Amino acid sequence: MKLLEVNHLQTYFDTSHGVLKAVDDVSFDLEYGESLGLVGESGCGKSTTALSICKLLPKEGRINGGEILIEGQDMASLSDDEIRKHRWADVSIIFQGAMNALNPVMNVGDQIGEAMILHEGITKDEADKRAADLLELVEIPRERIANYPHEFSGGMKQRVMIAMALACNPKIVIGDEPTTALDVMVQAQILNLLEKLRRELNMGLILITHDLSILGETCDKIAVMYAGRIMEMGTADDIFNHAMHPYTQKLIECFPNIEKAKIIPEGIKGAPPNMLEVPEGCAFHPRCDKACDVCMHSRPEPREISAAHVVACHLADAEVDHE
Amino acid sequence: MNNIISDEIVVQVTDMKVYFDIDKRKFARTGRKVVRAVDGVSFDLRKGEILSLVGESGSGKTTTGKAILQLVPVTSGEVKFNGAPVSKEKAMLKAFRQKAQMIYQDPYQSLNPRLNILDIIAEPLDVNHLAGTEKERMGKVCSALETAGLTPPEDFLYRYPYELSGGQRQRVVVAGAMIMDPDFIVADEPVSMLDASIRTSILRLMLEMRDKTGVSYLFITHDLSLAWLISDRIAIMYLGKIMEIGPAEEIIKNGIHPYTRALTKIMPVPGVNKDKERIVLEGETPDASIEMTGCRFCGRCPVAMAECSEKEPEFKMAGPEHLVACHRFSEA
Repeated sequence: MKLLEVNHLQTYFDTSHGVLKAVDDVSFDLEYGESLGLVGESGCGKSTTALSICKLLPKEGRINGGEILIEGQDMASLSDDEIRKHRWADVSIIFQGAMNALNPVMNVGDQIGEAMILHEGITKDEADKRAADLLELVEIPRERIANYPHEFSGGMKQRVMIAMALACNPKIVIGDEPTTALDVMVQAQILNLLEKLRRELNMGLILITHDLSILGETCDKIAVMYAGRIMEMGTADDIFNHAMHPYTQKLIECFPNIEKAKIIPEGIKGAPPNMLEVPEGCAFHPRCDKACDVCMHSRPEPREISAAHVVACHLADAEVDHE
Repeated sequence: MNNIISDEIVVQVTDMKVYFDIDKRKFARTGRKVVRAVDGVSFDLRKGEILSLVGESGSGKTTTGKAILQLVPVTSGEVKFNGAPVSKEKAMLKAFRQKAQMIYQDPYQSLNPRLNILDIIAEPLDVNHLAGTEKERMGKVCSALETAGLTPPEDFLYRYPYELSGGQRQRVVVAGAMIMDPDFIVADEPVSMLDASIRTSILRLMLEMRDKTGVSYLFITHDLSLAWLISDRIAIMYLGKIMEIGPAEEIIKNGIHPYTRALTKIMPVPGVNKDKERIVLEGETPDASIEMTGCRFCGRCPVAMAECSEKEPEFKMAGPEHLVACHRFSEA
């Protein structure tokens, strides 16, 4: 059985301007100990996908269709009360911007222990002990358990957030831009830490980011999202070395690569679409250099190019160049 | 790329220091604290040159940019613009600010939401009484919009910032900075708020402007790979000091200072690097209010020696235009 299977997930928001299809038919899966990178520009639905898995959507949002199977059990159909048992115990999330995600008037030990006490009904003393163990696991001295968030630096706060996510030994941890607000050196420290924890605890890791360049070092699989859909998904090698989708190809070019020539790439013309008016056909066609008639009218379905490499582009098999 | 750069020096910064007094009396028993945000920075910027200031948060890179433009008070040191010292004298400052502009990081906050694009871009003209007639004003704004890639300009004149995308807003910011035909622009993280696909088009625009007008940029960024891509020279800052400065290619490929090397080692490269060994410095940038003797980096330096904590390293020549402040390095 797969650890996580997301099948044809649709997450819609009811807004005063109509229905916003933030996630529109997204499917992927995750094994124990595997890491998946979800990458895309702002508004592509990557965070909404994460929030859907934890069912932490704001009240305007709803899962319109599809399944989210964690070890075979569908989360999408559970009620709010039922899902609470699974949140944190099965799947937990590390939020972006640790600076604001911690409670400033509660010491970090209590914040880490809170989930354990609620989920597992253990005593405060046990929770404190486990919280201290977790701090050590994320490389913070255990004595600091009684400190308040303002006594920690940005990187350490993010470590506390990670410790918190690990409180109930989850099977899946989702990192929603866990390093975006941090300095490069601290970013590298946090990514190393997540890597280490994933290996040691054999948990599934979903890393959500807009920064494609960090995924090649941390992820087994990468899914590139655009306008609520997965445009291309494959192993890190498939994505970086054999990208088939024009969007993936262009996106990779947009990140400076010191191993290549020093040329500022052209970028992608236009801007990501307004999600209330997603273009017909392939959502990327107005920005795509290779778009032809069929792209404007019919939406490309994801097709398997090779094992694990899936591309949603009409032109994909025309230029198979797998060496 | 280099033929645009002339020998003429536009901005010369000599031993600039910016200290902030933090009065802690309200909250703590300890005495006054001084944060040494910029602590003795010197560099030259030539006409048409792009110099990147790279550092982590708290390294003083933004303060350096602002202090050059006299947007924060300079504690000591000198800034020369086109050969003349920049002073606080009003007329002088006004003339300086016409020719030295700033591009801010966040186009969602740097544009006045209640003004339309025409008024936003024309504001510097209005303030300096540089547009005689309404027709002249309109003409100048239109040509600025056009060069910033917002075409046709008539479509944008009467729109408000909220109607534009992030990339378009940043183009408005660039148009506003360029309308005075400046000699020098401080660009403070101009693309860090933008999506990757938009980012490169703004960088291209900035380069085009440089090629066309010969403007010099001080490009402030935390992203070393971006600095490599856009700049002629790179200066690496740490805790208010420049650790190493030199040609962009040299700094990235043959950086000498242990801090530079740590930064280049962790620089993400878009590609599969699963097995890459990442040597990561421990800890974080220390508090800039703690007084330090010796090299600022010695507490985190993997190759620090006894000398490093005692004596502050001077700049040594490591190659043409390449300076490094490290005791470990000895000139050949």
